[in-house]
Amino acid sequence: MISAAEALKDFQKITPKNIPLVEPFSKGHRACQGCGEVLALRLVAKAVGMDMIAVSATGCMEIISSPYPQTAWEVPWIHVAFENAAAVASGVEASRKALIRKGRIKDDGAKVVAFAGDGGTADIGIQALSGALERGHDFTYVCLDNEAYMNTGIQRSSSTPYGAMTTTSPPGPKSRGQMTWKKNMPMIAAAHNIPYVATASPAWHIDLMNKVKKAVTVPGPAYVHIYSPCPTGWRCGPEVSIETARKVVQSRVFPLYEVIDGRFVLSRDIKKPIPVKEYLDTQRRFRHLGEKDIAYIQKRVDDDWARLLSLVQATNPVAAE
Amino acid sequence: MGRRVGLEVSLACAEAVKLCNADVIAAYPITPQTHIVEHLAELVAEGHLDAEFVPVESEHSAMSACVGSAAAGARTFTSTSSQGLALMHEILFITSSLRLPIVMAVANRSLSAPISIWNDHSDIMAERDIGWVQTFAENGQEVLDLMIHAFKVGEDPRVNLPVAVNMDGFILTHVIEPMVMPDQAEVDAYLPPYKPSQWLNPAQPISLGMVGVPEVYTEAKKANLVALEDSYPAIVEHWEGFAKAFGRSYQPIESHRTDGADTLFVTMGSLGETCMSAVDQMREDGRSVGQVRIRLWRPFPVDDFLAAIKGAKNLIVLDRALCPGILAGPVATELRALLYAKGVRPFVANFVAGLGGRDVTRTDFVAMLDKAEQAAADGQEITCQMVGVKE
Ligand SMILES: Cc1ncc(C[n+]2csc(CCOP(=O)(O)OP(=O)(O)O)c2C)c(N)n1
Ligand code: SF4
Ligand SMILES: [Mg+2]
Repeated sequence: MISAAEALKDFQKITPKNIPLVEPFSKGHRACQGCGEVLALRLVAKAVGMDMIAVSATGCMEIISSPYPQTAWEVPWIHVAFENAAAVASGVEASRKALIRKGRIKDDGAKVVAFAGDGGTADIGIQALSGALERGHDFTYVCLDNEAYMNTGIQRSSSTPYGAMTTTSPPGPKSRGQMTWKKNMPMIAAAHNIPYVATASPAWHIDLMNKVKKAVTVPGPAYVHIYSPCPTGWRCGPEVSIETARKVVQSRVFPLYEVIDGRFVLSRDIKKPIPVKEYLDTQRRFRHLGEKDIAYIQKRVDDDWARLLSLVQATNPVAAE
Repeated sequence: MGRRVGLEVSLACAEAVKLCNADVIAAYPITPQTHIVEHLAELVAEGHLDAEFVPVESEHSAMSACVGSAAAGARTFTSTSSQGLALMHEILFITSSLRLPIVMAVANRSLSAPISIWNDHSDIMAERDIGWVQTFAENGQEVLDLMIHAFKVGEDPRVNLPVAVNMDGFILTHVIEPMVMPDQAEVDAYLPPYKPSQWLNPAQPISLGMVGVPEVYTEAKKANLVALEDSYPAIVEHWEGFAKAFGRSYQPIESHRTDGADTLFVTMGSLGETCMSAVDQMREDGRSVGQVRIRLWRPFPVDDFLAAIKGAKNLIVLDRALCPGILAGPVATELRALLYAKGVRPFVANFVAGLGGRDVTRTDFVAMLDKAEQAAADGQEITCQMVGVKE
């Protein structure tokens, strides 16, 4: 198998001038107003194109896109259950591999892409995901991270950030809301030594689409983790979705980077970060937090950023000035 | 027409998958299924079977990968047992509802706790309602034959359903038996390559596994129900075709010395053979006894069963699993309900035997007959009575 870097040698970037016009995921779905997750999904679909075979986990995006007899999917799509999108995708991939080899279907170059929320990825689906990444199936896994179980009514997941209010991490005299630090899913994916891992935010839609295009271009498994604002679950107005998606990056809370063949590359070096408070203030799920909480979050965000920078340096010995 | 071989039944099962030219195998090891998947991995590694072998990280993922594989158009096989089947539970219903003709060999084994690797039917009886076609084998030849039949039935465009072939763990899977191994050409003639009517094909997109709102859910489930009921003629037809092609015939319900018998044993799986030889002996001893064997468990062949037990005064229904809280094993519960609905009223004695690998001998069958005849004469009930339990 060739390396990701080799596969991306002649990569044709998506630019504002050549944004794909296709809509594999069509309008008319039932997501909430301002839903950042469905925006991310649409951008992913555009970047992959009409030769996508989509596999969805149970969750918001599955529910809002497929109320029988209507479907928002203009490409082949399958939903099986909540925790198994990666396993289903590996079956689709294995099937096509066998059938193409045996000459029973033609090699149409279709791309297998699995979609799941943060719950379907970091919690109940992590085993199936780890298995599929480890086995090396040629597929792309997209985690649409809205930082809670939204489809079932805003319950916490292991991807819910520290301090956030959800229906199962309510703040009160004995609780600050979510009391644990967000699980670092992209790092877990990267630890599988797969060819390509990336994080993305819909506020940088061209960057997002390019990462997805790279993910489906490299041979073997690829993982793309997309921060996906959910106004309904985060208690903010639909009009601030993109602002939130921008501030989360500018505050270094959600860094944008790629891991190509194990090499960490910052997509955006945030030299002058905004304070995390400015990001937290955009959402009412954090409004119970006091100064001490915010200082704690700021400290951990700083530490995480430093760790990421050291990984960038360690894996780019030449580029390190 | 085939060749005589002596082969471990697990290997025969794997050889059947090879003869059927499966495209994808996704499986996770569990005793006593292991030899089946090990042999398949070997057949693929050696290049004897051109298939993708997906060594998944759990049975849940095994069935999930099978769903993806079959939905993308491949002939797909898996095999499991006991805890593994229980772990698949969630996906088994989805498989049949999505009408995907996956074939699964179930090496029947007890369920924990206590953990036990030995044979009974607890695993599959907990999955009665998954909407799959389900058959039971009694010996190695039947495993081989039912496997080939399973692909033929599942992929029949009239059926399009997953099929589970049940074989008792160890008692069948780990025993070397003489059998006739069909030739590749014979199997190819019986089972042409799988041609799905639709699949995850970018040239003709479909959406699979959509949301069923209350206005459509009932209709969707009704369609599943009808599909399983309607699979019956295809199942029988393909057994007839099998008999023509391979010279061995199978029926949904099979009878042994039922003519004129007052009492009939009702068995499933390998215990049927022990029962058969016990019946032969008891007949010689002048007892009025026979046996019916349930080969097709789903869809349940109601008319065949009623015809097979016609005229019998007593039935002795053997269960190899429990239905805690209702004081009858699963098979007896179902048969009593069926008989009641049909207005047929033999005396039904229900014994639970062979749990977790406990031996059931010919003597046990004689004792069951004695007890059942006595209870019938005394108007006493026998239900969920455990054979050989140490109190
Ligand atoms: C086995 C199982 N457990 C629980 C559920 C209920 N459930 C459906 S979607 C969901 C949450 C989905 O959260 P996430 O993956 O983050 O996706 P989101 O809806 O937030 O996009 C839950 C808990 C289920 N469908 N299946
Ligand atoms: S609940 Fe959130 S993620 Fe789900 S559709 Fe609404 S905005 Fe989107
Ligand atoms: Mg979520």
